[in-house]
Parts: sequence; structure tokens; C-alpha cells
Amino acid sequence: MAARMGVVVFPGTNCEYDAIRAVEALGGEADLVWHGTTEVTGYDALVLPGGFAHGDYLRPGAIARFSPVMAAVARFAADGGPVVGICNGFQVLTEAGLLPGALQKNRGLRFLCMPVAIRVESADSVLTEGVVAGTVLSIPINHFEGNYTCDEATLAQLRSERRVVLRYVDNPNGSVDGIAGICNEGRNVVGLMPHPERASDALLGSVDGLVLIEALLGAALRSRSLRCAPPAVA
Amino acid sequence: MAPTQRFTLLVEVQLRAGISDPQGATIERALPGIGLDGVSRVRAGKAFRFELSADDEAAALLLGTQVAERVLANPVIEDATVTVTGPAVAG
Repeated sequence: MAARMGVVVFPGTNCEYDAIRAVEALGGEADLVWHGTTEVTGYDALVLPGGFAHGDYLRPGAIARFSPVMAAVARFAADGGPVVGICNGFQVLTEAGLLPGALQKNRGLRFLCMPVAIRVESADSVLTEGVVAGTVLSIPINHFEGNYTCDEATLAQLRSERRVVLRYVDNPNGSVDGIAGICNEGRNVVGLMPHPERASDALLGSVDGLVLIEALLGAALRSRSLRCAPPAVA
Repeated sequence: MAPTQRFTLLVEVQLRAGISDPQGATIERALPGIGLDGVSRVRAGKAFRFELSADDEAAALLLGTQVAERVLANPVIEDATVTVTGPAVAG
């Protein structure tokens, strides 16, 4: 029984096939889901991959949040379905209000494209379950607007609820508290700037992203059984 | 009945106080290098001009504010200032 992923494609998304390739390498199944779709059914998890949705016009994710598919993504998330936004997908999830905070231009105004060391801070999310906290992974970043920011109250809440899922070992972009990835209160929506799908084969220079994608596939299968479970017998 | 008046609006979007502004800081650091001294507190932002239909100026301001707050600015990091600058340009 393979987990079935929906990979959401906006005009300007460009990492959708990387995401599918990584999912399939681990035995999962994946389909492209066009942003004009208003229903997402039959999927165990959704991935919002990287790219430049709607050209990143206005702000990254600012137009994508109004795409028809986003209401369906929000319903899927509200039902407990795993949703992961990678890079531009993270930006879309913050603009859509599914994750708190915002992603600003990098400190130093450089577009950053390089492998970085990422520390798993919490194993309690759909992207990190089963990964020992403290594990350091080498995963590429590829962004101009990855500088995570939020107000102090939000940061305090993220910390106290252990919702900072991933941190940079050496903060490359000025993100508050070195944040590379966070999750929502339900821990089923995760956004991260690094690209695990680009660290999914030795040919790419690292396989460290596989543990995250594997965790997501596991969460996806469990989510299916939870959401499709027959009513409990009284 | 649909509103018949057309107005021109200006929306200025600025990063909120306390939010770091790498663009503004970079511009500020560049100025002394070309002999433009004494410039400080540079903040980069965006300006949008558009026209809309409304019954009167107050209604135009209300609709423009909705456009600004729901789309043009991200309230997590930005503030928007909305001004009705006058009637729409003819033609």
C-alpha cells in the first residue's frame, strides 16, 4: 500500500518533478495537482513545492494564496491531512495563514543557493516523526526570500510549543532564531525553506533529505487510516 | 445601483516599524559612497496606483483599504497607507 501524494502546481512552480521523483524513489505515488482545482480528494498528503508561483509578483505566495486550490488545501489541513510547503510552498502557506510569520528578503540581499547544515529540532511533525531530534542534515537551500520573521509573541509560542521543527546550524539568511522550518498547532502542516527533494540521491550530493520524505510518507499513510477509519463501535 | 463615480487611489506599503529592511539598509549604506551624506532611516516600500468605482470618497477609501489590507500588504510585516488622490483620469 503506497502513500499517494498530491503535488500542487501553480503557474511558475518549478520543483514539482523533483518532489515526485523523490517520493517515487521511496515507493510512494505522486500526481500533479493543478492550482485551478477546487477539490483535492484521494491523496494522503499534499506537497506545495518550490518555484515562483505566479511569478512571485507582489510578494512570494501573495497571489498563489488566492488560487482556487488553496481553499481545498486549507480544508485538507483542517481535517488533519499532512501538508508540506517547501521553499516557495512555505511562502505560500504563510501568506495563506496556514502557518504564522512571513518570509522576507535574505539578510545581505543575496540569492542563496548552496547546501546548508540543518538541525532537526522536533521529531513531532509530519515531516520529522521518527527522526531523532538533534540530527544534522545536509540539504540545499535556493532562495532570495527565506528570512523567516514573526512577532515576539508568535516566536515565544513557536518555541514553547516546540513548533520550530528545523533550524540552520549557521544561519545563512537572517531568519529569526535560525528558523528553517516550522509546523502548525496540529503539527500536520510544515513549511521549510531547504529542499529535501534535492538531497534525495547520491548523484545530487546528499541523500539526507530522504529521512524527511520518508517521514512524510509514513505520516501520509497513517493519516489515511485515521481519516478513513470506520466509526468506532460504542 | 452600481456606483457611478470613479476615483484614483494611492496605496503605499511599508515594512512595519521594527521589521528589518535589508533593501533600505543597503541603499542607505550606498549613499555616502557617491557623496550623498547625512541620509538616514531609509525604508524601502511599494506604491500602487489604481482606479475604482464608488458612490463617494468615503466609500472609495473603504474599498481601497480592503484592497490594501487583503492583497497589497502582508499584515504580518507591512502597513498600508491609503489615499484617495482625486477623481479618475478621463479616458
